[in-house]
Amino acid sequence: MPDKYGHVAFPVEPREAPPPLLITGGRVIDPSRNIDETRVVAVADGKIVSVDTAAPKGFTAKRTIDAAGMWVVPGLVDMHVHLREPGREDKETIATGTQAAAAGGFTAVACMPNTAPALDEESKIRYVVQRSECCPCRVYPIGAITENLDGEKLAPFGEMVGAGARAFSDDGKSVRSSYMMRNAFNYSKSFNVPLICHCEDHGLTENCHMNESAMSTRLGMRGIPSIAEEIIVERDIRIAEYTGARVHIAHVTTEGAVRIIRAAKKRGSTVTCETCPHYLVFTDEDLATYDTNKKMNPPLRTPRDRRAVIEGLADGTIDVIASDHAPHCAEEKDVEFAAAAFGVIGLETSLAVALTYLVAPGILTPADLVLKMSTAPSRILNLGGGSLAPSSPADITIIDPSVKWVVDSSRFFSKSRNTPFEGMEMTGAARYTIVGGRVVFERG
Amino acid sequence: MSASLAIKHLLGLEGVSKEDITLILDTADSFYEVLQREIKVVPTLRGKTIVNLFYEPSTRTRLSFELAEKRLSGSPLNFSASTSSVQKGESLKDTVRNIAAMKIDMIVVRHGAAGVPYFLTQCTDAVIVNAGDGLHEHPTQALLDMMTIRRHFGRLEGMKVAIIGDIWHSRVARSNAWGMTTMGMEVTLCGPPTFLPQHTESIPARFTDNMDEAVQGANVIMMLRVQFERQGAGLFPSIREYRQRYGLDKEKLDRLPRDVIVMHPGPINRGIELASNVADCGQSVILDQVTNGVAVRMAVLYLLGGGENAG
Repeated sequence: MPDKYGHVAFPVEPREAPPPLLITGGRVIDPSRNIDETRVVAVADGKIVSVDTAAPKGFTAKRTIDAAGMWVVPGLVDMHVHLREPGREDKETIATGTQAAAAGGFTAVACMPNTAPALDEESKIRYVVQRSECCPCRVYPIGAITENLDGEKLAPFGEMVGAGARAFSDDGKSVRSSYMMRNAFNYSKSFNVPLICHCEDHGLTENCHMNESAMSTRLGMRGIPSIAEEIIVERDIRIAEYTGARVHIAHVTTEGAVRIIRAAKKRGSTVTCETCPHYLVFTDEDLATYDTNKKMNPPLRTPRDRRAVIEGLADGTIDVIASDHAPHCAEEKDVEFAAAAFGVIGLETSLAVALTYLVAPGILTPADLVLKMSTAPSRILNLGGGSLAPSSPADITIIDPSVKWVVDSSRFFSKSRNTPFEGMEMTGAARYTIVGGRVVFERG
Repeated sequence: MSASLAIKHLLGLEGVSKEDITLILDTADSFYEVLQREIKVVPTLRGKTIVNLFYEPSTRTRLSFELAEKRLSGSPLNFSASTSSVQKGESLKDTVRNIAAMKIDMIVVRHGAAGVPYFLTQCTDAVIVNAGDGLHEHPTQALLDMMTIRRHFGRLEGMKVAIIGDIWHSRVARSNAWGMTTMGMEVTLCGPPTFLPQHTESIPARFTDNMDEAVQGANVIMMLRVQFERQGAGLFPSIREYRQRYGLDKEKLDRLPRDVIVMHPGPINRGIELASNVADCGQSVILDQVTNGVAVRMAVLYLLGGGENAG
């Protein structure tokens, strides 16, 4: 049933086999196979059958989607979201968060462990996996590096990997002790999983609420200096290199961090990293009215940092665009700036922001965008998706690149409304989201 | 007085025009005359209710506002965070909307978080006057400082002010930098590098860590209070070293021209940033600042509150 806005988001019924599907007339963009041309995609039994000039002989589709004028791409993956379950179901649940994801064109999300309780042991990872079973998109939990994210005691990586964890992170915090971080990196090697690092030297950020800059001086707020991020980016890359482990730097925001990562990649480091849509659009200069929907951690940086981050995306230093979807209730945002919670939601705007601010001005090609929002995150988390190769899971996003729409958070599937993009005009949106051969979202 | 202010609230002095500041200071001068009379009360804010919403401890600013409100015949209501529903966890917005629902006209607010006065303009229709928000601004203090300088020297244009102390944590320094620069004065902000902002280009002032350089050619030296807890935070090593490098004693003062005046927003740490014999000397205008504070706050409340003629 379409909702009052004409959108359809289907709960998944796993017992029912998805009907054969044909997607015709669309521009198929699959960087994993260097495809960027009009092709017909045939899907059956939840898998890609073929991506060719025509449907295979004898293929009978139960449903045909005419994708003329649209892009047909491997399902988008958001590798950095907060689903808030368990513990803060008033902000978001796995059910509402995955609906928001599907509406935003994502076929899979990886959820951070800073829930209550934190996802720091097997049973909690299993809980998230079970709770996501009938949800419209795939959910891959990220386990905690340390118990309760306290930075004191290593969490059981092996058991959590067995339960479905794809990476480890103390997101929201950096592990304070370099010694503990060294052990964590070292231990992670047995499981070939990345540690996802929120980079913040906490000694430099206490009681800070925005970027340290001319703007924080003017507004009279203690600032989070760029070096607080850069010191730990450098530290964690160095430890990962030293131990031979995998590191993924979360939400890169400063010119210095981009430079550190660029230099590391140049010398052969396997480091990967991400940035978020809000850092591409806003800067600390947008905080003159103390808008709490522009408060997040790391904070909006200077225009110079914003340019450097965009440059890092363009030259390949930054591998991934992730939303850092961080839902908060109105009462945590409708307060004085210093008291407001850090974080903004992004699942339902991420793709549109990337299309509007990166692809439309020619900074990224459509194929680059697919690489950063599907292929790369899928590879980093070893999800086996991010590709339309025959016999891959049929996770597909069909994007209408030219539809114009205005962000209206009252229409979001997310439980929360804390978006910095409210009222802004966007170009492009997901038209269909297909997970395992099922259409789980259809834009009205 | 027929002129009116362009601003609707007093949130800070950043962006406030020379005309507005001049009108406030002129109005304050006429209220100053009222304060010299036997009967120090005028009926200009009769029937207006003004809430003094103080989330941070304050003695002189709150008293000064309350006195200004009473001398304008307004009805002040005092709210302090420790005796209110804040203790019960009520949000700032709810508190303000509840107070506003009681049909009040103005709110004078002091809060530890920057931006709260602006936030209140988004929650209520009442006129908002900032009595200090975090490290951001304290506009009535800067206005009373300018009033004091203008009454002493007869003008503001071209005057040079050195503000010495914990600049980074000082909303007084920020408001003075904005207001004084708008009025054509030159402002130098001086303190140890740990008391100066890392990024200074957004504040219209000269910054230096050298006190001799800062006071060179200054007409006004304004000393800021040093808070002891900053020492614990590692911002300066010892009181003795601070006093020696950034304190003002008689010896340092006597090396400067005799017409230099000494100011301090209070409360003074005697013997630390300011020697007692300087605080009490003929060049000190510290008590004038306090007197003028009442007049300037009367002017602000009168002009923003849309009261009758001051007569």
